[in-house]
Amino acid sequence: MSEQKDMYVLGIETSCDETAAAIVKNGKEIISNVVASQIESHKRFGGVVPEIASRHHVEQITLVIEEAFRKAGMTYSDIDAIAVTEGPGLVGALLIGVNAAKALSFAYNIPLVGVHHIAGHIYANRLVEDIVFPALALVVSGGHTELVYMKEHGSFEVIGETLDDAAGEAYDKVARTMGLPYPGGPQIDKLAEKGNDNIPLPRAWLEEGSYNFSFSGLKSAVINTLHNASQKGQEIAPEDLSASFQNSVIDVLVTKTARAAKEYDVKQVLLAGGVAANRGLRAALEKEFAQHEGITLVIPPLALCTDNAAMIAAAGTIAFEKGIRGAYDMNGQPGLELTSYQSLTR
Amino acid sequence: MKQLKWRTVNPEETKAIAKLTAAFAKPGDVLTLEGDLGAGKTTFTKGFAEGLGITRIVNSPTFTIIKEYNDGVLPLYHMDVYRMEDESEDLGLDEYFHGQGVCLVEWAHLIEEQLPQERLQIVIKRAGDDEREITFTAVGNRYEMLCEELSRHDNISN
Repeated sequence: MSEQKDMYVLGIETSCDETAAAIVKNGKEIISNVVASQIESHKRFGGVVPEIASRHHVEQITLVIEEAFRKAGMTYSDIDAIAVTEGPGLVGALLIGVNAAKALSFAYNIPLVGVHHIAGHIYANRLVEDIVFPALALVVSGGHTELVYMKEHGSFEVIGETLDDAAGEAYDKVARTMGLPYPGGPQIDKLAEKGNDNIPLPRAWLEEGSYNFSFSGLKSAVINTLHNASQKGQEIAPEDLSASFQNSVIDVLVTKTARAAKEYDVKQVLLAGGVAANRGLRAALEKEFAQHEGITLVIPPLALCTDNAAMIAAAGTIAFEKGIRGAYDMNGQPGLELTSYQSLTR
Repeated sequence: MKQLKWRTVNPEETKAIAKLTAAFAKPGDVLTLEGDLGAGKTTFTKGFAEGLGITRIVNSPTFTIIKEYNDGVLPLYHMDVYRMEDESEDLGLDEYFHGQGVCLVEWAHLIEEQLPQERLQIVIKRAGDDEREITFTAVGNRYEMLCEELSRHDNISN
């Protein structure tokens, strides 16, 4: 890279509740990273509301991009490419980012690159440490629970995914059943630290050798446990229920990740997505991979695990280097599959 | 108003009812799906998707709100409006309701005003840890006919 000119990519992300823009150098170094969190306005609705999300994105997109440039002390003439989240996500939300990116690309004559949101989450790791291949990414968030095998840059093979609820979603729903405020994940994580895993809850291993996940049965078991206890007039300590639930989730996530890492003989395990903020999960993964020689575990800092645009710029840089270009008819693709990104790189 | 009722003892039976329903689905059909957390709405949808010949993994749309499946005989639009409690917002769901596929809407009562008046209302109630009571209520001619056909082909119920 030293002989080459430095590359600066502007990243734009609006797939869900965050409006974000960032500038990243050479796909690895954050120059600026701005996220306008919308979570306050969503709290009163108990979640993400599509049109409300879109309206906020419209209000904030220009400000967020301007702020990214101001913080970087750069102008459009310094930018080599604009990377934007193309999907998956809420179509109304995606379109705000995609249209902003297309307009800027056209106005300033800067190449455009579409990025898969999950590819972005995985590449958040490259802002911490360069990726060593083959690598395995565990993507855990409110909408995703996936194990992704990467042979090389831009190559994604989903080897396991959830058959029902995403891990983060199970956290939110269990928290709601327990009467905890939104977002529920951090609440359960906190309570779990003080509790004991003394309530028997199921772990869905699925068929032998499967890397898929299932959290719906666990969610139902928690609901049944609470329901049966209240019928008998018994009380269950929320700390113990949290600890038991959290251990069940983490046990499955860590065991399957470790098994896949071994089978696929990877050199690196990458954690990605908002649930990476979970302290219990981090600790369990660190403990597990301390025992695996030749495999390094990378866990990005919290700000890079939740939705942000630096990760989109990081993934977009690789796509750009591979010669991928987005056209002006680019659209928000709510159901974009991760393999689409792979097929683009071929 | 025509009603059909089943009592299932395991998720497989719930799936079988959904699969049978899918066999009689037509483009533009709207099915609402109500039931508490863990009642089996996703299980029903999985069975329904299977009935449409969809092979992709159907998982929860709670976070993404809408998931589209286009690999079956009809497109399936699986929606979950659990997170939306302000229905004055225009969500653009109309395009899906009048589209070329079948809409399965979970927690539909949260957006009552936006739903087409004619629809098949499905309610799943817990009747034990694994037992469920499933009720179909047809609203409108199209859905009365659908229920009619279902009851003629139904060898699941008692």
